[in-house]
Amino acid sequence: MLRFFLSTIYILAFALIGLAHDNHDHGDGHATICGEAAHHEFNAGDNAIHHISDANVYSIGPIQIPLPVILYAPDKGWDFFMASKFHADLIGHGDGHVAYNGYVLDGGSVKRIVDAGFPAGEVQISGVIHKDVTMANGKEQEAAFVCYNNNLYKTDAKSTADAGLFGGGITSFYDFSITKNVTSMAIVLAFLSWLFLSVARAAKKNEGKAPTGLQNFMEPFVGFIQDEVAIPFLGDKADKFLPFLLSIFFFILGLNLFGQIPFFGGSNVTGNLAVTAVLAIITFFITNINGNKDYWGHLFTAPGTPWFVKLILVPVELLGLFIKPVTLMLRLFANITAGHMVILIFVSFIFIFGKSGESIPGAMGGVVGAGLLTLFMMAIELVVAFVQAFVFTILTASYIGAATEEHHHDEEHAH
Amino acid sequence: MFFLADFNVIKPDFGLLFWTSIFFVLFWVLIGKFAFKPIVESLKKRTADIQDALDEAKKAKEEMQALNSKNEDLIKEAQEQRALIMKEAKAAKDSMINDAKVKAKEEANRIVSSAKAEIEAQKKAALLEVKNEVGQMALGIAEKVIRKELQGNAAQESFVNKLVGEIKLN
Repeated sequence: MLRFFLSTIYILAFALIGLAHDNHDHGDGHATICGEAAHHEFNAGDNAIHHISDANVYSIGPIQIPLPVILYAPDKGWDFFMASKFHADLIGHGDGHVAYNGYVLDGGSVKRIVDAGFPAGEVQISGVIHKDVTMANGKEQEAAFVCYNNNLYKTDAKSTADAGLFGGGITSFYDFSITKNVTSMAIVLAFLSWLFLSVARAAKKNEGKAPTGLQNFMEPFVGFIQDEVAIPFLGDKADKFLPFLLSIFFFILGLNLFGQIPFFGGSNVTGNLAVTAVLAIITFFITNINGNKDYWGHLFTAPGTPWFVKLILVPVELLGLFIKPVTLMLRLFANITAGHMVILIFVSFIFIFGKSGESIPGAMGGVVGAGLLTLFMMAIELVVAFVQAFVFTILTASYIGAATEEHHHDEEHAH
Repeated sequence: MFFLADFNVIKPDFGLLFWTSIFFVLFWVLIGKFAFKPIVESLKKRTADIQDALDEAKKAKEEMQALNSKNEDLIKEAQEQRALIMKEAKAAKDSMINDAKVKAKEEANRIVSSAKAEIEAQKKAALLEVKNEVGQMALGIAEKVIRKELQGNAAQESFVNKLVGEIKLN
């Protein structure tokens, strides 16, 4: 009975997404100049990317909750306002109907109209279209254009720190908003803080007694990181780095698991390169600040090897210094993003089979097929959430361990 | 808008970099200090406590065993002593009985021999008395006879006396 009830809810929930998508299609064809945007084929890849992206709205199911927007443009200063100023549909995909101070909301993400002639304040716009433009370097790149007064205004995406490596770079503004990912992070960290503070309180209160409840549930995780990660790699220095390793582990695990909750934001926090980059950079600094004489000595002199090997080995070791955190960053990012994308593409089967709402039986078949595949994938992702948090932590511990290990030189000559 | 084929998760944006740094460092510093450290310490303390308790239990068990074996030794020793005492007592008893027997026998022998001597002495005395009595009687008889027959015949009287003296009793 319960199973039947749950599957009904499940199918209804997917149908609701379909409905939202349907609405969205009808809502687009209202402006002549933006007419070319009205009919487009459903694209599973684009859909997936849209849902793993960070956004200035928080999505619970198809409902878009506006978040605080904090923007900085070097030519005009700071802007603070709520994303509700963009008047996006409550049920939709975060496309704003109003431009505010030259900013628009496109697919949940803030963009800035480059043209200085665009009026400031609240301006009703007819929509946003996307088309390829030729960039200054001769490359074709997609850009978003705002339709206003039968004119198209080109927009800039926010500045990114990839230095053009992945198609981003510094643009005309910076977005420091409390985005969906930042909100998810705040929720998860608040929960983790409450969890561990109450465990710590229980540990203090129950001193000398057997642990119970929450304390009993959480302690094995802490003990696992202590006994299987920190002590094997760090030995007697484990205590010094345990708070960091535990923070890394639970931060990643919490966000991995939080991103798995369907319809509740489904935020892809640990699948965003910015987040994994911060963790990797902090690991890099922790490792190298704590690196001892032996570590640096070995790095620059590669003892015990002939001089021509040293010529190769020292640059490789120096590169390795940076490659290690980069692999940490990419591994977590790629695993989580891939998991989210696969699930989203499975869910997209509903729309592909249902021809975007035209074929209800097709959509129903899609719900069953996609549902089973998604369930399977989510089970795997649940494992991945733990494995990746563990892998990140154990590799961090091994890097710190290698940097702080005490070598005995007489022992060193033996091999 | 599904035209957003912009794989933007790979483009780290400054806002997310900023907030992640702030949030993570805050979490690390605050929760690390006020939650993880006490939890780790309590875990370590419990590990040590459990180890101590196990060690103590082992020690107590060993002590108990030592005590038990000591008790057993004591019992064994006591048993040995008891056996020894019993043996000594038995020996003493035997020797006492033997001594008593020997003494009793000696005493009996002594009583018998003294009784014999007494009897002999009594017998001698009795015989002497009888001899005297018989002598007196015989003398009397003889006197009477001789008086009657010899009427004061001195030679006969001495002869008779000589005859009486020759009668040997014994």
